[in-house]
Amino acid sequence: MSTPPRPANLPYRMPPRLFDARCRACWFTLAIALLVVASFVTLDLQWAQFFSLDAAHSMGRFVGEFFPPDLGADFLRKVLWASAETLAMSALGTLLAVVGGLLLAVPASRMHAGDRARAREPTRLLLNALRSIPELVWAALLIVSAGLGPFAGTLALALHTSGVLGRLFAEAIENAPPGPGFALRTQGVPAGRVFLYATLPQVLPQLMSYTLYRWENNIRAAAVLGVVGAGGLGQLLAFHMGLFHMGKTCTILGAMLLLVAMVDALSYASRRWMSR
Amino acid sequence: MSTQAAPSRDPAWVGRLFWFGAGAVLLWPMLVATEFRPWVLVHPDNWDPTARFLRDFFPPAVRADFLALVGRETWRTVAIATAGITLALLIAIPLALASTRVLSVSALSGRMARGPFVLRQVCRWGLIVLRSIPELVWALVFVRVVGLGPTSGVLAIALTYGGMLGKVYGEILESGETHASDTLLRHGASRMQVFFYAVLPANAAELTSYTVYRWECAIRSSVVLGFVGAGGLGQQMDNSMKIFNAAEVSTMLLVLIALVALADRVSAFLRRSLG
Repeated sequence: MSTPPRPANLPYRMPPRLFDARCRACWFTLAIALLVVASFVTLDLQWAQFFSLDAAHSMGRFVGEFFPPDLGADFLRKVLWASAETLAMSALGTLLAVVGGLLLAVPASRMHAGDRARAREPTRLLLNALRSIPELVWAALLIVSAGLGPFAGTLALALHTSGVLGRLFAEAIENAPPGPGFALRTQGVPAGRVFLYATLPQVLPQLMSYTLYRWENNIRAAAVLGVVGAGGLGQLLAFHMGLFHMGKTCTILGAMLLLVAMVDALSYASRRWMSR
Repeated sequence: MSTQAAPSRDPAWVGRLFWFGAGAVLLWPMLVATEFRPWVLVHPDNWDPTARFLRDFFPPAVRADFLALVGRETWRTVAIATAGITLALLIAIPLALASTRVLSVSALSGRMARGPFVLRQVCRWGLIVLRSIPELVWALVFVRVVGLGPTSGVLAIALTYGGMLGKVYGEILESGETHASDTLLRHGASRMQVFFYAVLPANAAELTSYTVYRWECAIRSSVVLGFVGAGGLGQQMDNSMKIFNAAEVSTMLLVLIALVALADRVSAFLRRSLG
């Protein structure tokens, strides 16, 4: 497959021009530069307001008010409870999403080559819609029907994550080795059992790892989800920040960072442990 | 060999039942903590407004002036994400270069010297701290200090994504093949020369593809930042939701789904053509 080597510098070969109408990279670069310039020009960014002495002053005062953080036993207990609530929201939301994702992934995947899979395209459309609306927007919508509190947040996490997991699960199911399923099908085993006894056991480890990964993401999302009123640390944060209780806000922010850092460290450690 | 009828009952049912029960016991406190009461959804106090809200979803609002507004806000959302990512690069690139051990001269002869090691570790921790504060929290703080508007959104995205990009850039640079960069460093090339002639060419595709992926994520999070007052589609959606104008919400949700799908396509296309 090798082309014959050419002499390095033929006298008649000019170096390529910097811009060539057929050069795709040039067009991409140009488009990106245009997009960036247009973004900065059309947004009325008020840098002066941000980087003036006045702003520095008010920023300094704002940060100064954060200290000392409120470390009263009563309030700490409240923050601890909110952290537990955040964790429970993320865990339950992920669990519901696993159930929902699996239920949607089955119609969204073509189980074998002869499968007509009529529901595949509509289900995938639904999965994409669920996935492309962020958790926070779901939470804001669900507050109408579930009221303020962690229940709306849990449902929001569940809906968004079912979209994400459903798609990942469907891909895992379609890529499963077809052998065992084929063997069962030729013996006349009905489709449901083929799925339960041949396809599912093969993809289960992959589904588990996707689920753990999404759970990690969901803990981070659940911490801030509450700012629209959907429970957990975020709701506490929005409440106390709205009332300018800065010491309390500082404690809540600290708890949030601690939670996120703990999840990061845990996931890093477990990944190292598993890949060892 | 005697033929046996296949067992009609799941042979492992005892174990399955046990673990199912154990899971249910563990689940109980979580259901209590999250106030998991699905029946409140169908309680008439909640059901009636929900039903009315859902009924108003269709038809979506398509008045010309409203569509123009949605178009403008959609562009603002994209612009906030793009400007944020651009500023994030200004944070990420210097810190990633300062924190990567590929460009270390002293590490060539075994251990890195004390000073550079401490500097690299400090840069790395700085990136991790930037990354671990969610952009929504930054936006909440900025909105409180300088008021509503896209500036808070841009800065919030710049800080958080600067941390994310910087950390991952550093990891990408270190995970590549270091033979070329080591050789250049050993022969006395400057760090910048090594970066431009050895490290960057080897990792350019991966770096660009990660940046494009993060741009797509930034579009999604700039919608979310609107909900705390940082402008764009999210802020408009929040306004319409507060006055229960379901038709407008429905239009904006459709636009949001289309926008995310479009960003998804563009980013997949760019990453594919980058190879």
